[in-house]
Amino acid sequence: MLEVESIGKLYRLGGGVRHDTLRDALAHRFGRGRARSADPEDFWALRNVSFAVAEGEVVGVVGRNGAGKSTLLKLLARITAPTEGRIRLGGRVASLLEVGTGFHPELSGRENIFMNGAVLGMTRREISARFDSIVEFAEIERFLDTPIKRYSSGMYVRLAFAVAAHLEPEILLVDEVLAVGDAEFQKKCLGRIAGVGRSGRTVLFVSHNLAAIQQVTTRCMLLEKGELACDGATPDVVAAYIGGHGRGAVADDLATQHPDFHIHSVRFDDEGRPPGFNQPLHFELSLELGRPFRTVGFEIGIHNSLGARVLTSRYVVDQLDEGKTTLAIRIPDHHLAPGAYALMLGIARGTQAIYWAENVLPFSLSDLGVTDPLIQPYLTQQRDRIGAFIAGRWEKR
Amino acid sequence: MAESADARRAQWILIEPPRGFAPVRLGELWAYRELLGFIAWRDVAVRYKQSALGILWALLTPLVTVAIFTLIFGRVAQIPSDGVPYAVFCYAGLLPWLFFSQSVQRATVSMVAERNLLTKVYFPRLIVPISATLAPLVDFAIASSILAALMVWYRVVPSAHALYLVPLCIAWAWLVAVGVGALLAAANVYYRDVGQVIPFLLQVWMYASPVVYPTSLLPSGLRWLHALNPLVGIIDTLRFALFTRGPAPGAALFVSLSVSAALVAIGLACFARMERSFADVV
Repeated sequence: MLEVESIGKLYRLGGGVRHDTLRDALAHRFGRGRARSADPEDFWALRNVSFAVAEGEVVGVVGRNGAGKSTLLKLLARITAPTEGRIRLGGRVASLLEVGTGFHPELSGRENIFMNGAVLGMTRREISARFDSIVEFAEIERFLDTPIKRYSSGMYVRLAFAVAAHLEPEILLVDEVLAVGDAEFQKKCLGRIAGVGRSGRTVLFVSHNLAAIQQVTTRCMLLEKGELACDGATPDVVAAYIGGHGRGAVADDLATQHPDFHIHSVRFDDEGRPPGFNQPLHFELSLELGRPFRTVGFEIGIHNSLGARVLTSRYVVDQLDEGKTTLAIRIPDHHLAPGAYALMLGIARGTQAIYWAENVLPFSLSDLGVTDPLIQPYLTQQRDRIGAFIAGRWEKR
Repeated sequence: MAESADARRAQWILIEPPRGFAPVRLGELWAYRELLGFIAWRDVAVRYKQSALGILWALLTPLVTVAIFTLIFGRVAQIPSDGVPYAVFCYAGLLPWLFFSQSVQRATVSMVAERNLLTKVYFPRLIVPISATLAPLVDFAIASSILAALMVWYRVVPSAHALYLVPLCIAWAWLVAVGVGALLAAANVYYRDVGQVIPFLLQVWMYASPVVYPTSLLPSGLRWLHALNPLVGIIDTLRFALFTRGPAPGAALFVSLSVSAALVAIGLACFARMERSFADVV
């Protein structure tokens, strides 16, 4: 359905290529005072990426910001042309890179449904046929003839999604558009994307929301610095994304503000693999001290993917000897939902900070292998032990 | 089985790095005609939303302009008008000119104005400048009713040739507007200066076109030079068809036609060459 052969996209940054005004271009060409700025800095947003996607496959694309995910979608969507390589597409492509492309604030909801539908590649007949269903999905019947500039942002997003959800192209490209909208609506849309795949069409789904990726896709690709680092079954690729590389499960050689206090590593002690969501969290903190330290305060925090602190634990160690020391941190019943998190670490002696970082160790709690849907009763049963997890358990080895 | 799969694969859309000049893909343009229609319809609809006079604006602009021109050039300056009442004469030139200049003006800024679409979805980029010429075409149609009224009022009888010459002239003006508009729209993506120059350029262009004066005012030796401006051929042919007076367009017509064809070809070719990087630059 879709073949990509060693595709590459080169962007030029800085000197000598882009001029916003004619004067700049002329000044550049004929200017004597200005030496030609150093060779234009070439930047490969994507390089040597090859893969094929079959009919009916729903494929996730993950990677850090700047890894080339959006560039890949833009190339597939024909918004921008590749610098090298070739792409073959076996059908109509619809790209959902933002919600409400083509919406005009002065037009009514009804008019915008047609406008947006046409922009996304639907024919007038297709839009008419699905019109009632779109309106129902968006829940905006009463405001159909109101200009959408008077819509609330929630209504706007719902309308935009409703049109997008009724696209039926052979190939659907979805960028991080589900990040907006309320939770229930997101669920509705995810269900819709999964449904598109089941009906034999091909979906490429870019998201930072690993839970959504795992819910919707069976196959996943990991992009790193513009290259395809990993392509395979979703659980493996997600694990590789979270665990396997660089800052994944181990953070090494953190710079502290005290010359005698070295942090060798922070890691999950289970061979660096993050646990499932209902398993205890075990961290190891390896230190090497140039001299003994007294009363050192440690703070461990966990932030969710929105950056909000969801868990905090503090502990004071009376005495740390010179030489190598390993601290084990165990959080037995954390009750965190599956999803992406980051470990925060703070170390201080009295009021003097030794180390502080909000994102020491990103990790993800997967819901893989969890077959028990009864999370709610589980929580009730454990309620009397919630106090224990907040304190955590600290041990000196 | 494998053979048919191969055959099907041969019909897949192939995306490759762009090289050199590419032909305008008319078939694809046709496939996207509905989107073209929607964008043009949106431009018209949005313009008259929340406006009290609405569509009357399409009448008001040419009406006020022709009144001023008649007063200044007709009455005060006493510019001849080939034996036709000056108001009718001038309006017949003003109509195609307003259509052309508004089209070019809107087309030039259209690519930048539709940046949002260009960076989010694919469609033949030529749709954008083309759709920018369609709203002025609607205005043109509305404003034509005044020309008809003026002709009835002054009892000017059009020739039978007007039946085919008038539509041909409109098509001609539209094609030139698309060609010039596409060229300037593409240039404006890279250099916003173009948008600044346009109002000035159009003002000069209007006086280089026989809007307020007849071509017969020029010495015959200069007419072919004058006809390098495509609008000369368009306006003269239109006036000849409507009034059957004044000089029949002769050799100068072919000069205008050739320049028009060249402008359209150059405009579309440049646009096609530059369009692949629009999304990266705009």
